Amino acid sequence: MDHRTHRAALRIEGRPAAPGIALGPLVRLAPVRHDARQRRSVAEEHQALVDALNASQEDLSLLAREAGDAEAEAILAFQIALLEDDSLAAPAFAQIADGEAAHRAWSAAIDPEIASYEAAEDAYFRGRASDLRDLRDRVLRHLSGEADQIVPPGVILAADDMPPSTFLATDWREGGLALRRGSPSSHVAILARSRGVPMIVGIDLDRLDDGSEAVLDGDAGLLIVDPGTDTRTAYCQRRAEQAEARKAMASFNGPAHTATGELVRVMINVTGLAELATLDPGHVDGIGLMRTEFLFHGRDKLPTEEEQYRIYRRMLEWAGDKPVTIRTLDAGGDKPIAGLTQPDDMNPFLGVRGVRLSLRRPDVFRAQLRALARAAVAGNLKVMIPMVTVPEELDRCRALFQQACDELRREGIDAQMPPLGMMVEVPAAALTIEDFNADFFSIGSNDLIQYVAAASRDEPQLADLTRPSRAVFGLIGHVVKYANQVGRETSLCGDLAGEPGQVAALLDQGLRILSVTPGALGAVKAAITSYSGPAA
Amino acid sequence: MNKVKASVLMRHEVGLHARPSVKLTKLAKAFQSRIDLGLSPDGPWIDAKSIVKVMATKAPKDSTIYFRAEGSDARAALDALVTLVDGDFQDGP
Repeated sequence: MDHRTHRAALRIEGRPAAPGIALGPLVRLAPVRHDARQRRSVAEEHQALVDALNASQEDLSLLAREAGDAEAEAILAFQIALLEDDSLAAPAFAQIADGEAAHRAWSAAIDPEIASYEAAEDAYFRGRASDLRDLRDRVLRHLSGEADQIVPPGVILAADDMPPSTFLATDWREGGLALRRGSPSSHVAILARSRGVPMIVGIDLDRLDDGSEAVLDGDAGLLIVDPGTDTRTAYCQRRAEQAEARKAMASFNGPAHTATGELVRVMINVTGLAELATLDPGHVDGIGLMRTEFLFHGRDKLPTEEEQYRIYRRMLEWAGDKPVTIRTLDAGGDKPIAGLTQPDDMNPFLGVRGVRLSLRRPDVFRAQLRALARAAVAGNLKVMIPMVTVPEELDRCRALFQQACDELRREGIDAQMPPLGMMVEVPAAALTIEDFNADFFSIGSNDLIQYVAAASRDEPQLADLTRPSRAVFGLIGHVVKYANQVGRETSLCGDLAGEPGQVAALLDQGLRILSVTPGALGAVKAAITSYSGPAA
Repeated sequence: MNKVKASVLMRHEVGLHARPSVKLTKLAKAFQSRIDLGLSPDGPWIDAKSIVKVMATKAPKDSTIYFRAEGSDARAALDALVTLVDGDFQDGP
């Protein structure tokens, strides 16, 4: 017999803020209380606030040193900057001089700031109210001599809100976080996502008891208190599967070898700097495709040479000595850019796109080439040109690149010509690959497939025509064979490379460099490991 | 006394947020001059060295930021600040 009281499971719906599953006892985080403090003389109260501010600054500096990631550092840097700004505490010191107690004066000074953020129209600024509350409470804790609340590890923490600094000081292990306030764009949610702590917001905490068993589903935005055995088992299994998937990912950190010991380099396709922040360069063999369209999107002015140079340099710094292959602007087709691509293009995929556009806008192209030539000095840069159809296009690009280098050197600016390669995505180029003066080739399978099949990949009715065909593999094999003969590198950077089921077919064609989206790294490396040569 | 003015269009994806504000005020504090910031050419002006006040402007993306500075290094200060905003706050620590 089971003598425990059986309670019906309580399902509380909120919103997902960080994915993953947590199981454990529920712990409610008590709000801070400071009313016990007694007022002393004006001089003592003044000194008490000065000391509390200094102590808070020391706490935050310590946390920032131990944070170890850019997100956490930025969040703490903001709080430190607020503390360093005398205008924050000035009204509090004025009230203390008029006879107010330090803790009330401090709250009175900072509460209107918090209220003003809470009332902001923009969700980002509303989110900053939580940073100010964090700061307010930290100083109040120092004033009243309270220690930080110690949270036991591996629990599901429920609270009205959680300050980023408390989040950083908590040992999360298998635990999770459920908040009444807060939003998926709050600092604490950003931290939870970057550290893999499941988190949900918008949770009604009123019916929660400390110590109850709970499941937190960060994927669905759900908290289940006192789950039944079946629910628990199902979630345990899901959590185990997720952990297994993460482990599989981590075990493929090193270089990938086929079952017969052949090295296959696996690089990543990157769309912007933000993606790199969450990736360890140790897990990849380089960047096989760095798109540059993101620099041109959603803005009034085209990016300057200086701006581009700084961003390219940061990519190279991230990669260390590993290769970074930057593709010059590939606008047009499905990637229009206001003020640059031709709006009246009748058939954009067959129109003025990629290198065709760059050669028609020498002003824009020149800025990009100059930025690339300057960045080439800083690391292992390779540059490739999209949509090359005939050899003359690549020759003109090379001449313009050389011209940009010469100009820069005349201006006394360090510059060098990086290896210049081409995307192979137009069938005409693939068929006559031996005519092109390219230092390397990168096969863009997405466009190659749709140009070979004369079928748009955006047309669902034609999905079976845009599957990789024998015609496509034949062209890929032709390019790789020629490149191997003349000792030039060939990689493949389309979606095809990221499909584990296609990896063997690509390796059959002789490809030994694949470039995939970061999310596909683990699965692709696993497929490579089980490859033992062409099927007999 | 050396008085100068400047303005720059801020294109930062999300406006004058915490990270850009920290950078902007840190840079402003590196100069001797008094530096004010406003969202219109005639103010109201706030102290560009105060993060509390800079963040309180809640300036959204595509705002034009106006600076005025007074002091021995006023020109250098505004050049540096305009470069920071124009460069999308990417440079520096």
